[in-house]
Amino acid sequence: MNKGVNSMKKKRKIKKQIRALISHILIIGIGVFMMYPLLWMISSSFKDNTEIFQGEGFFPNVFRFSNYVEGWAGMSGITFTTFFANSFAIVILAIIGNLISCSLVAYAFAKIDFPLKKIWFAIMLATLMLPIHVRLIPQYIVFSKLNWLNTFIPLVLPKFFATEGFFVFLMTQYMRSLPRELDDAATVDGCGPFRTYIEIILPLSVPAIITTAIFTFIWTWNDFFSQMIYLNRIEKYTVSVALRMFVDSMGNSSWGALFAMSTLSLVPLMAMFIGFQNYLVDGITSGSVKG
Amino acid sequence: MKELTRKQKQGIIGYLFLSPWLIGFFALTAIPMLASLYFSFSRYDMLTPPRFAGLDNYTKMASDPKFYKSLQVTFTYVGLSVPFVLVFALIVALILQKNRRAVGIYRAIYYLPSLFGGSVAVAILWKELFNKEGVVNQILGNFGVEGISWIATPSTAIYTLILLGIWQFGASMVVFLAALKQIPMTYYEAAMIDGAGKVRRLFYITLPLLTPMVFFNVVMQVISAFQSFTPAYIISNGTGAPLDSTLFYTLYLYLKAFGQFQMGYASALAWILLLIIGAVTGVLFITAKKWVFYE
Repeated sequence: MNKGVNSMKKKRKIKKQIRALISHILIIGIGVFMMYPLLWMISSSFKDNTEIFQGEGFFPNVFRFSNYVEGWAGMSGITFTTFFANSFAIVILAIIGNLISCSLVAYAFAKIDFPLKKIWFAIMLATLMLPIHVRLIPQYIVFSKLNWLNTFIPLVLPKFFATEGFFVFLMTQYMRSLPRELDDAATVDGCGPFRTYIEIILPLSVPAIITTAIFTFIWTWNDFFSQMIYLNRIEKYTVSVALRMFVDSMGNSSWGALFAMSTLSLVPLMAMFIGFQNYLVDGITSGSVKG
Repeated sequence: MKELTRKQKQGIIGYLFLSPWLIGFFALTAIPMLASLYFSFSRYDMLTPPRFAGLDNYTKMASDPKFYKSLQVTFTYVGLSVPFVLVFALIVALILQKNRRAVGIYRAIYYLPSLFGGSVAVAILWKELFNKEGVVNQILGNFGVEGISWIATPSTAIYTLILLGIWQFGASMVVFLAALKQIPMTYYEAAMIDGAGKVRRLFYITLPLLTPMVFFNVVMQVISAFQSFTPAYIISNGTGAPLDSTLFYTLYLYLKAFGQFQMGYASALAWILLLIIGAVTGVLFITAKKWVFYE
């Protein structure tokens, strides 16, 4: 009797394990299918043209690093060193701008009572839904009249004015969750609001700060539209714009080099992802689950 | 002079901290929006000052076949990519949730396309995948099927872009996973005691409790899908080819503004886009009352 129950339990356990195994295989299978395009690009970055389009096997016959050398040489004498430097410069300035401006504004929304606060907050949320196109053209006209085309100013300056409402929202939510007693205690100790912001609130908001920095990095790195509009001189190109121009200048001659540079352009994103995966998840889910 | 009350002081300090956003809001959003509204009623090529033209741009739009074409392309894209993104995100999230031990790695794999998807690199890659000699046709070739150039055929080009959109379901999936984690186990335990099977638990507990997240994802996806630009631009070489079949609304706007410098007409297009997005989100919010379940 006891034995029978045991063997039934065992059978059930095995059945469960088989089911789990099948679901794992399914998940991995779909995962590989989804990753295949990216893996194909990486593998093609080591192949020559005929090898890429003959489709003889996934792995390259020989790993040809020449594609990377050829690609890095860029176009019209400007190498990808310049393009990467430009992209990084814009990304770093954008991060600095967003961190300073969004944290200041979030502190106001989260911790200070001032007239019309609710209305401003609602307006700030509403701007999240605005397509950039309704402000783009006048902005472009003003920036071009100021002779700021082909500089990084149009891409970076707006970040110093908390124009990305998502980050204001994210930081406000985070700062609201910090206990009010902290700033009350700081006030009793004679801390003014600015010192409270610098010495108490900012150090405690590090997770929200990191999330903001990472998303600013990713979005600015991936941005193509505004970079293309404002940067027309090759020595000012970012990686995104350079890649697009690279397609034209290469013709159909060296796909390997194009894929090599495309692969490299994704490396910084991958590094962000590996380094800060949990913060990424926080960023995606904040405002949805908690809010 | 009277001394400031504590409340007044707070007000001043509050506005000081708010000032970066306030300046940015007026200088970079509100005033440009008003200017763009004015441009939309004028003729403006950037060389001569804008001239008021009444409703000219809007009436021109009403009889502009390219405008209608771009609307059709964009609505097809939004209407097909968003539902598929949500369905895949939901299904995969439900499957992943059960494999608790490995969920981190799987989540990472499925999320990666969302991370890279908006980049120029992936758009270039996509263009190659669906080329005449691309990988897709190489694979089809193994089965003896000779494929067409998917990106150069007017009837299929848009679907390669929709596929690229669907490929990025990972971000929504991450939101669903987080929401699934927050459903209290006690609900399921109670339902099991009452004899509810798996299917009933799914339809009577899990899905209703997820509807707020579904709604959130729909709104976010719709807003961003309407503004999709990079893939269509890269894949069609900035033209919307073949036969305007990938002429996304934003691409048409870009061509009018920065190709032909018809800033007035482009501003009118921008305002119509704003109205469309506003109307669609509005409709979503109204219907939400019928199907979104709040605890």
